[in-house]
Amino acid sequence: MSSQVLEVKNLKTYFKTGEGLARAVDGVSFKIERSSTFALVGESGCGKSVTALSIIQLLSASGVETHGDIFLNGSEISNLPEAEKRHIRGNRISMIFQEPMTSLNPVFTIGNQITEALTLHQGLNKAEAKNAAISMLSQVKFTDPEAIFNDYPHRLSGGMRQRVMIAMALCCKPDLLIADEPTTALDVTIQKDIMGLMNELKSELGTAVLLITHNLALVYNNADTVGVMYAGRLVELAPARLLFSNPQHPYTIKLMRSIPGAARRGHLLDTIKGAVPAATSYPKGCRFSGRCPREMEGCAATEPALTTKKSTANDYGSKQFVACHLYDLAFMSGAKARPLRAAADGESKALPTKAAAPGSETIVKISNLKTWYPIRKGIFKKIRGYVRAVDGIDLTVRSGQTLALVGESGCGKTSAGKTILQLIKPAGGSVCFRGQEITAMGTRELKQIRAKMQIIFQDPYSSLNPRLMVKDIIEEGIRSLLPGLNKVERQRRVAEVLDLVGLGPKAMSRYPHEFSGGQRQRIGIARALAVRPEFIICDEAVSALDVSVQAQILNLLKIIQDKFGISYLFITHDLGVVEYIADEVAVMYNGKIVERGAVEDIFNRPTHEYTKKLLSAVPALPE
Amino acid sequence: MLSYIIRRLMYAVPIIIGVNVLTALLFFRVNTPDDMARKILGEKFVTPAAVENWKKDHGYDLPAFINTDEHGAGIVTQTIFFQKSAPLLWFDFGRSDRNNIDIGREIRGRMWASLAIGLPTFIFAIIINLFLAMILAYLRGTLLDTWGLFICVIMMSISILFYIIGGQFFLGKALRLLPISGYDTGLHSIKFLILPVIVALIGSTGAGVRFYRTVFLEETGRDYIRTARAKGLGESRVLFKHALKNAMIPVLTNVVVSIPFLFYGSLIMESFFSIPGLGSFTIDAIQAQDFAIVRSMVYLGSILYIIGLILTDISYTLVDPRVVFD
Repeated sequence: MSSQVLEVKNLKTYFKTGEGLARAVDGVSFKIERSSTFALVGESGCGKSVTALSIIQLLSASGVETHGDIFLNGSEISNLPEAEKRHIRGNRISMIFQEPMTSLNPVFTIGNQITEALTLHQGLNKAEAKNAAISMLSQVKFTDPEAIFNDYPHRLSGGMRQRVMIAMALCCKPDLLIADEPTTALDVTIQKDIMGLMNELKSELGTAVLLITHNLALVYNNADTVGVMYAGRLVELAPARLLFSNPQHPYTIKLMRSIPGAARRGHLLDTIKGAVPAATSYPKGCRFSGRCPREMEGCAATEPALTTKKSTANDYGSKQFVACHLYDLAFMSGAKARPLRAAADGESKALPTKAAAPGSETIVKISNLKTWYPIRKGIFKKIRGYVRAVDGIDLTVRSGQTLALVGESGCGKTSAGKTILQLIKPAGGSVCFRGQEITAMGTRELKQIRAKMQIIFQDPYSSLNPRLMVKDIIEEGIRSLLPGLNKVERQRRVAEVLDLVGLGPKAMSRYPHEFSGGQRQRIGIARALAVRPEFIICDEAVSALDVSVQAQILNLLKIIQDKFGISYLFITHDLGVVEYIADEVAVMYNGKIVERGAVEDIFNRPTHEYTKKLLSAVPALPE
Repeated sequence: MLSYIIRRLMYAVPIIIGVNVLTALLFFRVNTPDDMARKILGEKFVTPAAVENWKKDHGYDLPAFINTDEHGAGIVTQTIFFQKSAPLLWFDFGRSDRNNIDIGREIRGRMWASLAIGLPTFIFAIIINLFLAMILAYLRGTLLDTWGLFICVIMMSISILFYIIGGQFFLGKALRLLPISGYDTGLHSIKFLILPVIVALIGSTGAGVRFYRTVFLEETGRDYIRTARAKGLGESRVLFKHALKNAMIPVLTNVVVSIPFLFYGSLIMESFFSIPGLGSFTIDAIQAQDFAIVRSMVYLGSILYIIGLILTDISYTLVDPRVVFD
């Protein structure tokens, strides 16, 4: 038997939409071998998930057109009748998804859901299926698989549920496992476990893995071959080590340089100008044209094919495929190879020097802060105890500096942020803003302080009122916190902050849904800036964004900090972001700060066990 | 679980007392015993003496809530509220104003006729609506689904009165298949029940199917349905196993709350089909201005609603393992 499990040839998946035909996947070809991992990376909307769903053929709804060939173990599966496709699904090809919390049916037991596939595809009877399921559950490292078998999904944590999903996907020993963002919703320490488990089972069972992710570091550490997708096409395809040591396509290069990390400290991150074109209106030639820093005159007219590169001096052989005219000898010797823009894209710019010397003054001092949520029980709902979400933390934020508060989900970091702003009343401790104790303040006094302390939230989609225009969203805060300003002054202020975040006055009378995720986060920043705060809490402010958009927002936050001397409390789980932007870091675990200090010290010489565990779990990229 | 039920029942106590006081205010303050007497005796030719007499005969000659002429417990007990409204708390409904009948006995006698229409309508409506809704959900996006929805909207736009009169005309008068109206005891009642049940089913199908279809479609868009499909399950198994049990959660809210009301009867159906149930009992009382009966029925309705809500909460635990009461 050949070692090739899957071959996709010129796969095209189009959706009929109101704006025309959306070419979500537009001619993608690749192969996956036995026991190996092929990763598809790219930003949201590039077509990587649709590729996966096309392979497992779950896109049978009306309005979808699929073309091209899919070979599984050498035989074509895309034109099989539905009944036979069903026999492949869950049996020869199985899939796990991003959201372990919602991917399992809440009203059936784990056992019921795993045995379903076994009885359907393998023809096992109930008892045999139960035995097979339990042995699979122990293979995904459950210590008490029988108990898990009879349990319901809601009683398991996210990581445990993802292990159940893996058990369910692998119970029929499939040839191909598709993992669509399998760890994106999980904490880093759990991500490490899950990826380790998948790699182990992959070699044990000989399964081929198609890993879909936006996380480049995860790809570097787990994939054998990588395909970079952009606008429905593969722009680069290479063995993982080769791709990361020597990226060729301008998009791949840009993407890698927009990842925040220690190496980029003190510099602005690389960004890609413009936005990804809509799937209904791709450029005629190269799809990256218009955004590409090395665009040439002919790029917008002819589309480059994905081929092994031929033109460079250090030839890497036939393993690296790039879809770019730069590596096309015939094109480069033609007349259309003149660069369109001056090559201003050398090293990224250093940050302008700061307006005031930072660090001299303490802006916010938090001591022994506690947030306790009562647990009520019994007939009279008496308080029987407390969940100590934040249990006595001390933090100091200095002027013009960034303090990062890191920790995994449930450690209390968001509760801490809300309590500092007095959005939740603390159970004890103090918060001093410029020497003033604010925990005991009345509503009116607090209002004056609120103009100085603002917050930016994680989810740019749901934290803006969809029924208000952008100017009203921003003006609302000014009106409530700075009642001294009249309408004209307020409007001027709105225009000013929108300009500052790079949106311009046109944005004023539009609604949030008309903007992309990154733009919405800019609105969130504008809203916070409008009252001229001295201190902003960024609660996972860049976590929901794509890398290239995240880079833009991080740059913006940096520039604003240097211009106005604002202090940030950066609440995040992303250690790369911390290394890039923060001056100091505090590591939070179970409601307590376990370690704090300067970023360099903590990252290079962690002392607490938890910090060490956290740092070692983060997948690293090559320098 | 038991502690939860006890707590819910205890919460219900102040609510029931509140409902009792509110109904008393409505029936004895907003509408005073003098008004009642005049309405029952006829607006014209009413002498003040006749009003006083009527009030004395029916026990409405006391102060509404506080009797300042009495001493001790009498201050509270010698009032209309204590004599007439408070006994409702222990389900003593008293006697009607007009014919002096025992309301409690009347309710116990009539509720079975209401149940005889209510129960089959309830059961068949759930089965038919769920079944049709699942077919539409299965056919989603096709022409049949669109037409099914269209018919649902038409059916729910037509007044129930049209179905009643239409049914009586075709099945009763033109085809002579079923009696137009009336009631009998025991098994003989069945032939009188078929027509009202059919009419009630037709009247509820449009809205019901549309609601259940929406619930189903919402469930079919969920992640766990995608997982089930990725497992290779057939569409019918995906719908009937995975979606159905989850869809039962919102369906239950809609359905269980109405179970206690199966005894309560329907005002329109019972009066059109001359069924001697609680619905027609209420209608007759309203027409006869018999406030004692109307007050009892309003109060009973509130109690049944509270029971329905408690039953709904308990029924969640049966379908949703995530709901645990403590």
